[in-house]
Amino acid sequence: MNNVIVLPLLIPLVTAVILIFCSKYVCAQRLISAISVVMNVLVALFIVNQVNHEGIQTLHMGGWLPPYGIVFVADMLAALLVLTTLIVAAGCLFYAFRSIGEEREKHYFYPFFQFLLAGVIGSFLTGDLFNLFVCFEVMLIASYALIVLGGTKRQLRETLKYMLINIISSTLFVAAVAYLYGTVGTLNMAHLSQRVAEVHQDGVLSVIGILFLIVFALKAGLFLFFWLPGSYSAPPAAVTALFGALLTKVGLYAIIRTFTLIFYHDIGGIHAIIGWMAAATMILGSLGAVAYKDLGRILNYNIIISVGFIAFGVAVASSDSLNGAVFYLMHDMIAKALLFILGGIIIASAGTNKLSEMGGLMKRHPLVGWMFFIAALALVGIPPLSGFLGKVLIIRGGLSEGHYWLSGLALASSLAVLYSLIKVFMGAFWGDVPGPRDTQQPVRIHRTAYAAVIGLSVMVIVLGVGSEWIYSYTSQAGAVLSDPSLYINAVLKE
Amino acid sequence: MELYMSLAIGIIFAVGIYQILSKSLLRIILGTSLLTHGVHLLLLTMSRLKTGAAPLLGEKASAYVDPVPQALILTSIVISFGVTSFFFVLAYKAYQRLGTDNMEELRGTEDE
Repeated sequence: MNNVIVLPLLIPLVTAVILIFCSKYVCAQRLISAISVVMNVLVALFIVNQVNHEGIQTLHMGGWLPPYGIVFVADMLAALLVLTTLIVAAGCLFYAFRSIGEEREKHYFYPFFQFLLAGVIGSFLTGDLFNLFVCFEVMLIASYALIVLGGTKRQLRETLKYMLINIISSTLFVAAVAYLYGTVGTLNMAHLSQRVAEVHQDGVLSVIGILFLIVFALKAGLFLFFWLPGSYSAPPAAVTALFGALLTKVGLYAIIRTFTLIFYHDIGGIHAIIGWMAAATMILGSLGAVAYKDLGRILNYNIIISVGFIAFGVAVASSDSLNGAVFYLMHDMIAKALLFILGGIIIASAGTNKLSEMGGLMKRHPLVGWMFFIAALALVGIPPLSGFLGKVLIIRGGLSEGHYWLSGLALASSLAVLYSLIKVFMGAFWGDVPGPRDTQQPVRIHRTAYAAVIGLSVMVIVLGVGSEWIYSYTSQAGAVLSDPSLYINAVLKE
Repeated sequence: MELYMSLAIGIIFAVGIYQILSKSLLRIILGTSLLTHGVHLLLLTMSRLKTGAAPLLGEKASAYVDPVPQALILTSIVISFGVTSFFFVLAYKAYQRLGTDNMEELRGTEDE
């Protein structure tokens, strides 16, 4: 029993309620949200430290022992993801201060932001499958509001599709929960894992597993990503950065959790399907990233490539590849947030999102240019930066398990990332400023935006240079994923 | 009884999916609403219907009904209620701004 692990969920929830009441005072809202997020980062650091020293932490809500009550579980994976989420959220929040616009700030941008955080963090910490659904819904409803906030024609149109897709996938989620409950009679994840192991993962349970896979793949953008490029190009950059860094990763987390803890008996079946989906995702994402000449779309397709890459690590399911998937997940959340915020800054200062009409930004904003370069290299996986270790581990795991084609494909997708991001770098930063815009005033970048991108860039470098040290944490997360009995014992034996 | 419920759920699902595949936004929303109702019935049916008395201590019955699915359904109903009402408001707003509720016309173009 440890009451601290509910705090990361509680802080944003309470903050959001307070923020609703001071919606007219923009400065107060900014201050309260900033204090809340920073406080929460400290709490998350504390939890990571505690999990490191004392092992998996659990909390039984209302004193009801599992499998009857709802349980919160902070293993290393959940704790690290909560910490990363909050760092990313702090970055996006600081960028939003001066870029989101006063109209949105007065119309409850910050409360929705905090509700979204509550949903995301709840999804990571919960140890109950139905509670996972509830946290997903909290996150999704906040995301519906954030994506449409501002009410431009494009936002309204894209939100309709985004909502429809997510309602359908949530419906399937409840259906899958119903089948699972009807088959094994429990919803606590640790208990589910035990019961599925007892009755063996036969035909019925495999079908239920695939239903879960479809649900989470829709949310994560794994192969079923047709909705993603359109929806994510509608809202302003601060919101897209938050979505790109967090929402798809929650879906991936759910895939990792379900298929390492509950449905891990059928490596040849379901995991092979995940492998095929990962391959298709990487290929299609690479095609999109290489083909488009519109900055927003290129970045959106980069999300899809990395989702495929992490799913490849899950599909291999060896201890190396799971360690790599955890490390790469953390890296990708931070690097994607950085990339999207920089993308937002580029679009704001160039006044367009078409690469052909950009140019010469290196003269105006050299710092932004170099940070974009760092982010691009980190996403490709160049050694001193954060993407390297994760890629090495995932590829090594893939090769040692005999997945040669998939490993080759994963490496090739890195080249597509390199090509697409360097194309952006050259198009936006090199060359001359295109003709008529020369006379315009150069757009000033506010210092809170600089603080956000510099902070995230430092994180990318720290995650890369200190990867030996970070690895000692992520390997603990990977150990729990490779050996579900650690998780089960921590939850059920108290 | 379970058989009839399964048939009913199947029909509700079929109608819901048919509605979602239509072009009109209003029908699509009603379709999603039907779909969630179907799923709630499914949840109820999956735990077997009427297997015993109400799960209260004073009942002194030999068998009790499992209360968990009902709790889940209640939660899910509340969520779907909120989401559906938000969807309706969004659809109304979109109809006002965009002047159409036909999904064919809401595709959007590549360069705008």
